[in-house]
Amino acid sequence: MRVQRRRRVAGVVGATVQPRRRIMNVVGFALSGVATLIGVAVLAALLWTLVSRGLQGMSPAVFQLSTPAPGSEGGLANAIFGSLVMTMLGIAIGGPIGLLAGTYLSEYGRGTVLASVIRFINDVLLSAPSIVVGLFVYTIVVMNVGHFSAIAGALSLAIIALPVMVRTSEDMLQLVPNSLREASAALGANPWRTVFSTVYPAARNGLLTGLLLAVARISGETAPLLFTALNNQFWNTDLTKPMANLPVVIFQFAMSPYEDWQQLAWAGALLITTFVLVLSVGARFLASAARSRKSG
Amino acid sequence: MVAEALSIQALLRRERRVERAFRGLSTTSAIIVLALLGGVIVALAYDAWPALREFGWSFVTETRWNPVTEKFGALAPLYGTVVTSIIAMALAVPVSFGIAIFLTETCPTWLRGPIGTGIELLASIPSIVFGIWGLFVLAPVLQHTVQPWLIEHLGPLPGIGFLFQGPPFGIGLLTAGLVLAIMVLPFITSVMREVFSITPVALKEAAYGLGATQWEVVRGVVIPWSRPGIIGGLMLGLGRALGETMAVTFVIGNAHRITGSLLAPGTTISAAIANEFTEAVGDLYTSALIALGLLLFVITFIVIAAARLLLMRLEARSGRRE
Repeated sequence: MRVQRRRRVAGVVGATVQPRRRIMNVVGFALSGVATLIGVAVLAALLWTLVSRGLQGMSPAVFQLSTPAPGSEGGLANAIFGSLVMTMLGIAIGGPIGLLAGTYLSEYGRGTVLASVIRFINDVLLSAPSIVVGLFVYTIVVMNVGHFSAIAGALSLAIIALPVMVRTSEDMLQLVPNSLREASAALGANPWRTVFSTVYPAARNGLLTGLLLAVARISGETAPLLFTALNNQFWNTDLTKPMANLPVVIFQFAMSPYEDWQQLAWAGALLITTFVLVLSVGARFLASAARSRKSG
Repeated sequence: MVAEALSIQALLRRERRVERAFRGLSTTSAIIVLALLGGVIVALAYDAWPALREFGWSFVTETRWNPVTEKFGALAPLYGTVVTSIIAMALAVPVSFGIAIFLTETCPTWLRGPIGTGIELLASIPSIVFGIWGLFVLAPVLQHTVQPWLIEHLGPLPGIGFLFQGPPFGIGLLTAGLVLAIMVLPFITSVMREVFSITPVALKEAAYGLGATQWEVVRGVVIPWSRPGIIGGLMLGLGRALGETMAVTFVIGNAHRITGSLLAPGTTISAAIANEFTEAVGDLYTSALIALGLLLFVITFIVIAAARLLLMRLEARSGRRE
């Protein structure tokens, strides 16, 4: 499929191309090469700082001790725990609803107006500012309950995970060939049985990809947690109380004037980034496995 | 025989019941997505109402933001949001355009995968990482090298000079715009790459057949063909930049004022909410911040909805969705 462009320009046609056009060609692509260099260099610089400063702050204490008062020894254990708990809770709420909504879009609602409206709204929610989600949960949960809580935090993460789940599960379910659905229907299966015994198993890798992407998306979210889960300096396992979490701790510690806090903030940032990148790589790997199985 | 027939009927009945339940459950879940959008707007509007009633239209035309006298105007954060987003787009768009063209047209095939994947992975890095990097690395560099240069060389210029006057703070609108640019860069690039790569090969072949150079094919075929997608992708990036909180909050300085200079500290809607919300005392203060959130949601909603419509048009044209 790929065109043999270079040879064509330099060879047969190249002889007749006017100098001005040839110069434009070179200049244009040189500029795009320079842009790539700039972009890659800036992003590499960012990653380099993150890794080097993050590793400086890394120590066993990071995983063993709770967030310290300035000047004393401490770690991020309570924040790591809180982040894991709220991320998992968020996925536990947003995941199933997202999968079911995706199932509706791909199976029951195909071609209906409702489905296309929902698809559109979902795409908009996918890129809505996350701080607004935090405000929303604050107004409906925190205001009514009267205090910040880990549940409110998990809820706002669920709202952010939901559109991701809807989008990926719909896309992945649509990759399942219709002939499979027809075969299942011909054996007398109702749509739900077709979905559970044919469509879901066939799309398993793809659905898992969506799940990983959703976890990756919410595990670094900071803005929606600022005024839902708030923060907690101590180890807390009570979901109805404010709970520490990595992003908010990073925010608070990085903005502080204390050097040991800033050090911990870098360590936390490295932890989150590593976690998110591992998830994203895993998701890509699964997705390509899912695609090659479909075409193979 | 009779018993068996009965049990089959019972089985079929059960299958139908489960079918109804499952259908209802998945439809409800889909409706939840709709309800969520409505819920966000209604809940925010309800709690923003005290502030909106108190200040009316002056909420968006007033600069003063004074928690002590309870006078709240959103013009300064609005200005900051727009200016930082413009800076971010002005810097990120040309670069991401260049990268996307490089990746889809000139890049050797063996390098295409690694760079493309790398850029897409970078798009998934949490924005707080960009923020902390901006605060500790970028801001000092800007303060000591770039900003003094700008003040010295561009400051005295007539016309645009006012943008680059005042002391070099390090943090401020320009820095925030730069951090935003770096944050949206991978995002816009991956959308652009996607959009460029679905240009039909036959069209490009035809242009090459007429003797066009590679650059002319990009300018004359690839870009015009994918224009709705390009605009859609840019607006998606703009939506991100407008609503982004953490990358900005670290380096904006949180000052509710409008000075001409890009080097001065300012604030954006999202940064104001993130910085002040938990400390807001009094119902009117909280309500004013929620009104800011509503304003941000409405602005980004319009931008993102327009972007999605454009992208849908391109998708329909390329026949990717049924």
